[in-house]
Amino acid sequence: MISLNVNGKNYKVDVSDDVPLLWVIRDYLKLTGTKYGCGIGECGACTVHIDGKAERSCVIPVKEAQGRKITTIEGLPQNHPVKRAWIEEQVVQCGYCQPGIIMQVAALVSEKPTPSADQIMSKMDDVICRCGTYPRIKKGIKTAVQMAGKGGSKS
Amino acid sequence: MTTSISRRAFLKATGLTIAVSVSPLGYRLLNASQAEGALKAFKPNVWYEITPDNIVTMVIGNSEMGQGTHTALSMIIADELEADWKQVRVKQGPAAKEYINPHPYLPLQITVQSSSVRMFYEPLRKAAAAGRVMLVKAAAARWGVAERECEASKGTVIHKKTSRKNTYGELCLEAAKLKVPQDAPLKKESDFRYIGKPMARLDTPAKVKGTAVYGLDVSVPDMHYAVFARPPAYGAKPASFDEQAALQVKGVVKVVPAPMGIAVCAKSLDAAWKGRKALNVKWDKGALPQMDNDFIEKTLMEELDKPGSKAMEKGDARKALEGAAKKIKSTYFVPYVAHTLMEPINCTAYVRKDQCDVWAPTQGQTVAQLVAGEVSGLPPDKVKIHTTYMGCGLGRRATPDFVAEAVIASKVTGKPVKVVWTREEDIKGDRFRSATCQRVEAGLNGQGQLIGWYHKAVAGSIMKDINPQGIKDGVDIMSLWGLVDYPDSPDGNRILYEVPNLCIEFLISVLPLPVDPWRSVQNGPNAFVTECFVDEMAHAAGRDPLQFRLALLKESKGAQRVLQVAAEKAGWGKPLPKGQGRGIAQHHCFATDAAMVAEVSVNEKDGHVKINRVVVAVDCGLAVNPDTVEAQIQGGVINALSTALKEEVRFSNGGVNSTNFNDYDILRMSEVPDIEVHMVKGNDKMGGIGELGVPPTAPAVANAFFNATGVRIRRIPFTPERVLAAIKEKKA
Repeated sequence: MISLNVNGKNYKVDVSDDVPLLWVIRDYLKLTGTKYGCGIGECGACTVHIDGKAERSCVIPVKEAQGRKITTIEGLPQNHPVKRAWIEEQVVQCGYCQPGIIMQVAALVSEKPTPSADQIMSKMDDVICRCGTYPRIKKGIKTAVQMAGKGGSKS
Repeated sequence: MTTSISRRAFLKATGLTIAVSVSPLGYRLLNASQAEGALKAFKPNVWYEITPDNIVTMVIGNSEMGQGTHTALSMIIADELEADWKQVRVKQGPAAKEYINPHPYLPLQITVQSSSVRMFYEPLRKAAAAGRVMLVKAAAARWGVAERECEASKGTVIHKKTSRKNTYGELCLEAAKLKVPQDAPLKKESDFRYIGKPMARLDTPAKVKGTAVYGLDVSVPDMHYAVFARPPAYGAKPASFDEQAALQVKGVVKVVPAPMGIAVCAKSLDAAWKGRKALNVKWDKGALPQMDNDFIEKTLMEELDKPGSKAMEKGDARKALEGAAKKIKSTYFVPYVAHTLMEPINCTAYVRKDQCDVWAPTQGQTVAQLVAGEVSGLPPDKVKIHTTYMGCGLGRRATPDFVAEAVIASKVTGKPVKVVWTREEDIKGDRFRSATCQRVEAGLNGQGQLIGWYHKAVAGSIMKDINPQGIKDGVDIMSLWGLVDYPDSPDGNRILYEVPNLCIEFLISVLPLPVDPWRSVQNGPNAFVTECFVDEMAHAAGRDPLQFRLALLKESKGAQRVLQVAAEKAGWGKPLPKGQGRGIAQHHCFATDAAMVAEVSVNEKDGHVKINRVVVAVDCGLAVNPDTVEAQIQGGVINALSTALKEEVRFSNGGVNSTNFNDYDILRMSEVPDIEVHMVKGNDKMGGIGELGVPPTAPAVANAFFNATGVRIRRIPFTPERVLAAIKEKKA
């Protein structure tokens, strides 16, 4: 049995301890907002927060997530500035990569409330969007930073 | 046969439901409450309903894969119906003949060729106008006043004189009893409330919340999982495998050899993967064990010298070339590229004795239904297709191979089964955008005017697997789009340049790689060739590339407009710093004109090409949702920049060597330039938009590279190694 704390709730799951956290979240906890994209931590579609940091749930064996605080897209508040900015700027196309990207951005702006252009790029080059929403993602980040009321960096 | 499915849904309607039937002869409208008799006479294909709770539900047969079609089609109905946008909901329709695409060359329920909005625009307006007239009529009757004194506005009918007002929800049951007018007057364009305005997409909130259901998110009670052990080389057969070892893995329930590989079915995905590993399949060498990238390129080059089929001929190009004052001849190569849709290929199916349900992220419901019927042994009307959202489509999801896999796995286990492809399988098992090798020869007269163009193309056949009857005398039109199209196609995917002698020859390559449409189909690779070549001709003629193009496009006003707008907005002709260059390209396809100017910097020391700026002008006629037009063009440009700079599938030992995003990388955020999109509304007819960003992009970049360096590279991608080699060669 594996014990997990996801979005503030405790779960016990009967699963072998080498299964990636991603598949436990999706197939056992039925929180399917977190997506599978590559399985090797290259694309970021599976990004969740573990103890507040953006992590790739596809490469983390579930046993390593025990005793840690996991937040998925479903657990990020609906009024979170990044979610609001994503709607405001109409970032989404197919939307498949966006939960992971939103989680990546949410961690970034929480760590760096006024990120520089370089800081943004270095984090955002770790995630992939095939639809090509990158120009809107850039706008979304700016708007989220402004909405968070912690600066409004123009960079 | 499928009529019965939709008829049931149709008759369940509890409010006013209008259906619309589209055929090349026109369209007819139908009121659902009168449907029983009338449905036999015609086949509605898209409809909406208004229920007493005052909700307007659009039932749309087209797939939503990010292109914004569900929102745009809803905007059209809502506007013409005078509904309030807040009361609009969208429901994905089932597979049914009623949803067949009205495009003359797409007699299927299929979401391809940037066709959804342009093909359904008129019929949906007619359907919505009819509903509006009926609601007004119902209100006038209720109040005992003249219809002309009543006005429909934002989901209500108002009688101003007496200040009476009813919502559509309050009126719908009475309106449902009325006869449908066949030619209700349409609104004036100047009265549009939503069409032409940037509107927020209806699917955004669920996608941001994480609650939108994609194919991989489907969950059915007692659902099992299946994964396939697939051949590592084309044509490879299993020499041995250990079924018992796989079955000993906890959770594995069945191992089944199938045409596409060996299926391992299990109670969990983890068990299926472990079972597949335990299966330890040994494969033989396959059909072409010597095949790698060099072999592929060499084969295509050799095929260029073999006789092909004439795909089109005007005048006598050979003769014109013989008499030309100046001749130019160039050979181009575009490699295989993968779709790498963010949601890897997957499908869920549940086959029972008398029914088959398929939950599929599919762009092609008709073919999905046919294939599921064939594999399950059930007639197609017993197959229900539930179309999910999809994590991008790009054309790959119109081919139903994944549907067949899920149906096989469900049939043999008797369980609902989800087939999941890993990213590695998704790349190795992709049906690629075809590579192509092309040689173009042109002749200019003494005044530098183009007098003859001889074009030879070799590529994989797109129709071979999906529509073999469509190949006529060795000519696969889909592989040729951008060069040649059906003469009467509304898309116009052909060379627009006015040249008195033009000949296009084509040969289907013998290479065994499966190919599929990939955003813009072969308009992308083919426009790379034509637009680079036109640039070479302009240079040979000593003319400005923009002016040279304009002089050859006298009859194509749309192309002229977009070229001029793109050039003007980009500052065409203004000097750039050393090491930078500007390139231009245009292309017409899916009834839309697009032109582009790209600005690049080339680092001659490390071979790095940086895209600084892209300016696009696009004329799709009326843009229903300009916000989506911008997003779609930007997305297409980014896909194509990715192929221009990075993407090329690697092959070795007769199979695919690329594995995942670590070795098949696509464009990332820091590599994306500012992309300006300028909408030019000049064309009378509405054109497509989803694929238009792709074709002009790679040639604009290549032409900009030449402008910066004086070096022509006639193949993509422009990787640092290739750039360095080309620059070195020129200096030598």
